[in-house]
Order: sequence, then C-alpha cells, then structure tokens
Amino acid sequence: MLKIENLQARIEEKQILKGINLEIKPGEIHAIMGPNGSGKSTLASVLAGRADYEVTGGTVDFLGKDLLDMSPEDRAKEGLFLAFQYPVEIPGVSTTNFIKTAVNEKRKYQGLEPLDAAQFLKSMKEKMKLVQIDQSLLSRSLNEGFSGGEKKRNEIFQMAMLSPKLAILDETDSGLDIDALRIVANGVNQLHTKENAFLVVTHYQRLLEYIVPDFVHVLYNGRIVKSGTKELALELEEKGYDFIKPDFVEATA
Amino acid sequence: MDATQTLKAAFEKQNLSNGKLSEFQNENWKTFSGLGLPALKHEEWRYTRIRNIFKDDMNVDDQSINSSIIEKNTIPGTSTFSTVIFVNGRFQSALSKNAEKDGILEIKALEVAAGDEDAEFVYRNLGHSQRYHADGINALNAAFAAGGAYVKVNEGKHMEQPLIIYHFSDSSNGFRFSQPRILINATSGSSIQVIETYIHIGSGESLTNQVTEICTGKDAVLNYIKLQNEGAQANHTGTTHIRQLEKSLTNAVTITLSGKLVRNNLNMVMEAEHGECHLYGLYLLNGETIADNHTIVDNAMPHCYSNELYKGIMDDKSTGVFNGKIFVRKDAQKTNAYQSNKNILLGANASANTKPQLEIFADDVKCSHGCTIGKLDEDALFYLRARGISEKNAQALLLHAFAIDILDQIKIEPIKAYVDQLISERLSFQI
Repeated sequence: MLKIENLQARIEEKQILKGINLEIKPGEIHAIMGPNGSGKSTLASVLAGRADYEVTGGTVDFLGKDLLDMSPEDRAKEGLFLAFQYPVEIPGVSTTNFIKTAVNEKRKYQGLEPLDAAQFLKSMKEKMKLVQIDQSLLSRSLNEGFSGGEKKRNEIFQMAMLSPKLAILDETDSGLDIDALRIVANGVNQLHTKENAFLVVTHYQRLLEYIVPDFVHVLYNGRIVKSGTKELALELEEKGYDFIKPDFVEATA
Repeated sequence: MDATQTLKAAFEKQNLSNGKLSEFQNENWKTFSGLGLPALKHEEWRYTRIRNIFKDDMNVDDQSINSSIIEKNTIPGTSTFSTVIFVNGRFQSALSKNAEKDGILEIKALEVAAGDEDAEFVYRNLGHSQRYHADGINALNAAFAAGGAYVKVNEGKHMEQPLIIYHFSDSSNGFRFSQPRILINATSGSSIQVIETYIHIGSGESLTNQVTEICTGKDAVLNYIKLQNEGAQANHTGTTHIRQLEKSLTNAVTITLSGKLVRNNLNMVMEAEHGECHLYGLYLLNGETIADNHTIVDNAMPHCYSNELYKGIMDDKSTGVFNGKIFVRKDAQKTNAYQSNKNILLGANASANTKPQLEIFADDVKCSHGCTIGKLDEDALFYLRARGISEKNAQALLLHAFAIDILDQIKIEPIKAYVDQLISERLSFQI
C-alpha cells in the first residue's frame, strides 16, 4: 500500500529525514516511536504534503502512484488521512459544513454522486457514536474552543467520515487523559479492517496498549534505527530511548 | 463643453426660485464654484482621485426608467418592503412605495418637506454633514438638493418592514452623473430599517455623488445597510451622516462588493448622552476596484458607546482603504469607543491602507483601536486541504468565515441571504 524508500526531507536548511525506508501493507498497523526531535512529525507532515518541508531525496509509492507528486488534497482523495497533532481552530467554518464539503469532494473525485442531506446526516450520526462526539460540538466552528480531547475525537470522527485507506495518527495521544485515549483508540480499532492500514506516530507506549501494532519502528535522528514487533515498544518503555542510542552509534560507525 | 460647464448648465436648468431651499442650493453652488473638486493633495482624498472621474460629456439630465427594470432588480424576498426609487439621482415619487399602515411612514420629495410642517426639521438638518465635509463634492450635491427625498417615521412608531432605497444609474447614452440626496427623520421613540443599494444600467461609466443625512431621535433605533455591487464601471462618492440624539441606537453595515472607485464617508455624531452606535463594514474587492471607507465617530457628550469593525479582502489589483476617526470632545467623559480593521490580501498586486485616527480630549474614557493586514492562515489552508478540499474551495471557506461576522450583522433575513449569495458566488465555492 505504502512504500517509502530512502526518504529525505528538510525544513529551511535543517535536514530532518535522512533516509527513511518503510513498507506498509493493507490490514497492518505500524507504530513509529522515537524521542523528541527525531523526525516523527516531520515524516507525518511530509506524507500529508505540508509545503513547509522540502523533499530532498527518495520516493514514496502510495497504491501504485507517486505520492510526493500529488497535492495535499489529492493525497486525501486517494485515501491518505492525517490526524493532526495540533488540529487547527477555524472560526466561522462549522465542522458539519466542513466535513460535508470534504466528503463530497472526495465522492466527486471517485465519480460518485454527492450525499444528500439525509444520507449525510445518517452517516454522521453513525460515526458520531464511534467517538462519542456530540452534535452540538459539530455545529460549532471547527475546533474553536474545543478541549484537547474534543479536538482529537474530532480528528478520529473526520477519519471515520472519510474512511481512508491509510491513516496516519500524529501523536494523537498527546494531551489526552485515559478516558479520552480509550475512546480514540476504540474508534480506531472499530475502523480497522483487512483493507486499510494505520501508521501510529507516538512518543509513548501508552497508546499502543489500546491500539496494538503489528510492527514498531524506532526513529532516531532522521532514520529508522530499529524495527520489531509490539514487544519493542515495551522494551523502549522499560529502558527509555537511551537504549537505542548505542545501536545507532554502531550502525553509523 | 467641459465638465464644469456641463454642471453649470444643469444647475441653471433647475430654474431655482427665491425660496429657502433655493437659497441653500445657490449658496452651495457658489461654494462648489469656489472650491472645485477635491484634489489628491487634500488629505481626506489621498487615495481617491475623484477629479479624474468627471468627464466633459457627462449625462446629468433627468431621464425616466422602465418600471420593469425596477421589478427585475428587486432583491428577492423583499417585495413587501417599502421602496424609495431614485433614477439618475432624482427621486421618483410615483415609482416609490409606502407599504406601511397609515400614520407610520412618510415618503415625499425633499422639496415638498422643505415647505410643509417638516420644514423646521429640514432646515435644522439639511447640510449638517458639511460640518465634517466642507468640500466641493458635498457642496455640489447640495446644489441639486431639490431633487432629493424625505423619509420620516412618526413619533413612537415602528416600521413593520424595512425600507429599500434603490439608486438606478443609466449609462446607456454614455457617462452618467447622478446626485441623490436623502434626509431621514427617525423621530423620537421610532424605529426604522433602511437599505440603500445601487443599480448600474448600460455599459457606460457612471458616478454617483450622494449625501444621505439622518437624524436618529431620542430613544429611536436605526438599522442602516449600504450595499454596493454596481459593477466595474460605477464610481461612487457617498456620505452617510447620522446625528444621534439621547439614548438612540444605530447599527450601520456597509458592504462593498464591486465598483471602479468607491468612496464612502460614514459619520456618527454622538451629540447627546447615552447614544450607542455599531459600525460594520465589509469590502470584498477584485479587478482594479478602489474602495475607500472613511468613518468618523464624534463623541461630544458623555456616556456614549461606539463599536466599529471593518474587514477587507483584496484580490487582483484592487485597493482597500480604511480611515477611522474617533473624536472624544472635552465634555464626553465616560465614552467607550472601539475600532478594529482587518484586511486580507489575496492578489500579489492588491493593497490595503489603514489609518486609525483617535483624538481624545477627555480624560475618563475607554478607547481602543487595532488594524491588521495579512494573508490567509497557511495552517488552516493546509488543514482543509489535508481533508481533500481543493485549494480554491479551502480558500473560499476561509474567506467566507472571515466575512461572516460582518454578514451576521445584517439582521434582515432576505438581505442577508442575498448578500451571502453574492459573496459565495464571488468566492466561487464549488463541489
């Protein structure tokens, strides 16, 4: 589904990704862990198409297409979704109106008729239950005045509405209390099928107790320095990120 | 004939008699002849090259209009509203409509009001705006005042429906120069909602030079909306001058969506205690439109409140100008006066000029002002695009969101819907 080869990217003059290799197949959940500043969020942003980052090398194949050649909106329409670490507050745009626009633009791209008001409402009601989000929240301006937990639930709600093939969760656990974390994780697990895949970017192992990954990768200084199964996350939790550093030094020596 | 001769011929054609109104007009013609049109060096007209607009071969003569054109241009959902019709700057009594029950609303020619029981009010208020605009362009309008309209809401009466003032300018035979003049008397305890809007007919250029003077009486409530979407050939210099008496309330909304060169003066004269006014403006410009909003809030007496918010979106090579003056006179203690102007530049060749001017002579007041000029928020744009919304639609959503707090100030539902539709069409939001 997603094949990243030797991906390199920088912001302004600072090289952040120094050669990422990663393959994700349908049905898989991958976790990317790593200390602050290792490039986790940069990887998520580069995949979603944020213009601040300049890709300086490598390729990304998404469902047989060159992902890096596509606009952010086309990536989304092809089935990529980024749950933002910091969802943006947009006064004056209601969540409902926004999500309706997004859903119908995607349907148009797929050659489908737009959803009528009744169909849209039905779909919304189903997905709202999934993340226990209230109707009143959705008629308000997008994320404006939402609590941290509400913002993250709104991200997962949008994901549910857009049913992406590959969802990237960028530190979705940050700023969440344990109840909100459970709700978010539960939403993700219910949306997980054999056809779609998840890339979970996180600093802590905590989220991975609820969203169990098939593979865990450790990102350090712009490279994946270690890959393994979910046990690797536990090991990181136990020993801290310092334990990967000697490996990294060895690898680059 | 050059422009001045054309205007002189039109002035003389009025055949003024010896009455008091004629005296007013004659005096103003003299003032205009002395001052001429404002030049660019005039501080108040820095961005508005008004002189260049005047053409030698202007049409200033009267001309009637087919009533089907009026029908065609009626704002949807407003057929039950009262109307005042101006054609080429002259009030058309027969085409106008008073839809209120007897005893609430009066609509008549200014000339008539100047000679009946309303004469006292007329002469107390006619030309009051010249205290703030002692320029040739205001005087020129005053010289043709007899063709104006007078509107009155009787004491303690509330209009059931709003009043729309339609200004038609016909440029079918070439450059059209129109000079509408309106005097509105919102008597004590009354309430009135007024919309002024402009319709350009024909493919020629036009200039509308307007003066609307309003007195919001004691405890009266005025809702005033000026809606400008005349097209790229229409120039406009207009003054809306509002005197506020004790405990009166005014809400003014100015929406400018198109035009060639548009200059709006809006004056709020807070001349009695406990007056309150809200001034909102939205200018959404493209092409080479220049829209210049000059506002004055003059606080002369204590305990008045004013709040002002103007927002601009400039695309292509358009220019938005905002100049907001607030005076707080020595006696105007406990004044609250707030002002904010926010601009978004879309086009690389678009520009915004903003100038707050606060002159405060009292020591116990709360005043604030702020202005911003910027671009659309990149993070917000990316967020919307990352959900599959095209760049154009994402931009449209954000611009609409920027405009909405002004749009929300239009409390007349069909007018709000109409303006919203015009804005959405302009932003060309599509799925």
